[in-house]
Amino acid sequence: MKIHEYQAKEILRQYGVITPRGIACFSADEAVSAAQKLGGDTWVVKAQIYAGGRGKGGGVKVARSHDEVGRLAESMLGMRLVTHQTGPEGRTVRRLFIEEGVDIAREYYVGMVVDRSSQRVCLMASAEGGMDIEQVAAQTPEKIYKVYIDPIAGLTDSEAFDIAAKIGIPDVSRNDAATLLKNLYQAFDDKDASLVEINPLALTADRRVLALDAKMNFDDNALFRHPEVADLRDLDEEDPVEIEAARHDLSYIPLDGNIGCLVNGAGLAMATMDIIKLYGGSPANFLDVGGGATAEKVTEAFKLMLKNPKLTAILVNIFGGIMKCDVIAEGVVQAAREVQLTVPLVVRLEGTNVQIGKRILADSGLAVISAENMADAAQKAVNAAAARG
Amino acid sequence: MSILINRNSRVMTQGITGKTGQFHTRMCREYANGNQCFVAGVNPRKPGEDFEGIPVFATVKEAKAATGANVSVIYVPPPYAAAAIDEAVEAELDLVICITEGIPVRDMIRTRYKMQGKKTRLIGPNCPGIITPDEIKIGIMPGYIHKKGRIGVVSRSGTLTYEAVAQLMEQGLGQSTCVGIGGDPVNGLKHIDVMQLFNDDDDTDAVLMVGEIGGADEEDCARWVKTHMRKPVVGFIAGVTAPPGKRMGHAGAIISGGKGTAQEKLAVMEECGIKVTHNPAEMGKLLKSVLR
Repeated sequence: MKIHEYQAKEILRQYGVITPRGIACFSADEAVSAAQKLGGDTWVVKAQIYAGGRGKGGGVKVARSHDEVGRLAESMLGMRLVTHQTGPEGRTVRRLFIEEGVDIAREYYVGMVVDRSSQRVCLMASAEGGMDIEQVAAQTPEKIYKVYIDPIAGLTDSEAFDIAAKIGIPDVSRNDAATLLKNLYQAFDDKDASLVEINPLALTADRRVLALDAKMNFDDNALFRHPEVADLRDLDEEDPVEIEAARHDLSYIPLDGNIGCLVNGAGLAMATMDIIKLYGGSPANFLDVGGGATAEKVTEAFKLMLKNPKLTAILVNIFGGIMKCDVIAEGVVQAAREVQLTVPLVVRLEGTNVQIGKRILADSGLAVISAENMADAAQKAVNAAAARG
Repeated sequence: MSILINRNSRVMTQGITGKTGQFHTRMCREYANGNQCFVAGVNPRKPGEDFEGIPVFATVKEAKAATGANVSVIYVPPPYAAAAIDEAVEAELDLVICITEGIPVRDMIRTRYKMQGKKTRLIGPNCPGIITPDEIKIGIMPGYIHKKGRIGVVSRSGTLTYEAVAQLMEQGLGQSTCVGIGGDPVNGLKHIDVMQLFNDDDDTDAVLMVGEIGGADEEDCARWVKTHMRKPVVGFIAGVTAPPGKRMGHAGAIISGGKGTAQEKLAVMEECGIKVTHNPAEMGKLLKSVLR
């Protein structure tokens, strides 16, 4: 799960991570009074969307008067912010964060992620702050310093201090930087984060170290023990189709093709998308109905796929194990009756109770194109989609 | 022979009294030698009870002492599953197979840390389990699609593994052991570990490895295969069409920071002498083509 920058900063402040002072706003009026409340003569108006790269897309701007804060807020709210992470359609800005301006001397990068090969949390830091860190990692990986954090000892003083020195934080500020890093890890660990990114971490002209930006993602599987984090979820930032799918315990991701896929199991679902592409078609979605699908769940899955106006065919690929093919077949029949199926439907069933499943489909009178195996299914789906143009 | 499990394995079920634990213990018992292999269950609140004749103990240690069980399979719900693994490791079982899906990564990081230097091997979590056909099945896969033979299978997914097995069967090829290592980012044995076991197994002639996007486990395995493997290996990676930054069902199946793409994995595997296919319908045929 993702949250907004201002929410991440609020969590991090609870752990003693120093950030500029700021106030979240939903209107231009609120933005102006936020600036008044914060005082000073410089403010930063920051669009709050889940995607990164906001600065380059025009979502982070400096204002030098209350009027300017108001004008910038006015123009930013409701704008479609396009960044390298939003895709070409961009994201509508609905929330702003007004922060006090900070006199920045230098910028650094700090991030933490779960590292699969060491099976630990990895702290990454670099002197190349404010930049696209993926680019730094690709072009000059030696400029990123890493610590694989011992889960029992946590980030130690000497590790934190060492990293601060390596990225070039000056002597006088090194203690503050080390403390910030340790607090950051504490927040990561306590809150079951999956990613924390401070880009940039700033050294101010008066030698303070603070988190100028903050990004936090959380492990969905651990939200049960962090209701306060789960409450921060902003549904406006998520794809409504994915939200609807999650309500029915379906794993669904829209893609830009035209052949809908309904599959049991994530690996088989990906493989089904791949074979469609290999045979010259284009998958409309990833959809894993999971191991315990009921007829109702299958019906919901069909409804989701049919919301896509580009859809020209559906491919159902099921390898029954625990999940029985007759249950799936009944779900397909029920769905086809309920939702007015307007596109060709190719079904491939294999595994537990496959014969009963096939009979249910045959007896239903539905115009189901049945397939013998995965290759046959993909070919038939691609042909059916092509015939529809 | 076979790897990890065989007819002599003695298995306890942690979480035997739950609906899932009951259902699958029953199915596993009905498969091949299951009746004599599944000897104990664990539930701290129900010691002294039994499940269809299988005695239930309060702890793993007691279950091991009373029955000689050396393997555990875990169906405990996600908030408690990592602690269940810890208990089995503490009791020095040979092997723990954790089926549970949805364990917090933070819990698994600690569990894996505690496993350092311990004898217990872990498969999973979030995996279908292991089957040595016609001997023993420990997990949730449909037993009847398998047949004893000489091909090893190692995979990160469930149903895609069943698909791979079905394709082997179409070619008339049985399996020595099929291992589902699971779809989580922090887990037990990885492709490379299972590959090493297959390499040393006299009853395995060739290995089919099935991977998916995310991480670098398949690449690590491929590099090991290049210098050490004495048997042919073929592979498929799911997710060529997966968009970056999107988690494709499994917690571990995500392309992040441009790393872990299927294309990259396939390229490394090919460089290392592993025959790969881009067509998931041709895994069986490809394996057959490399048999001498």
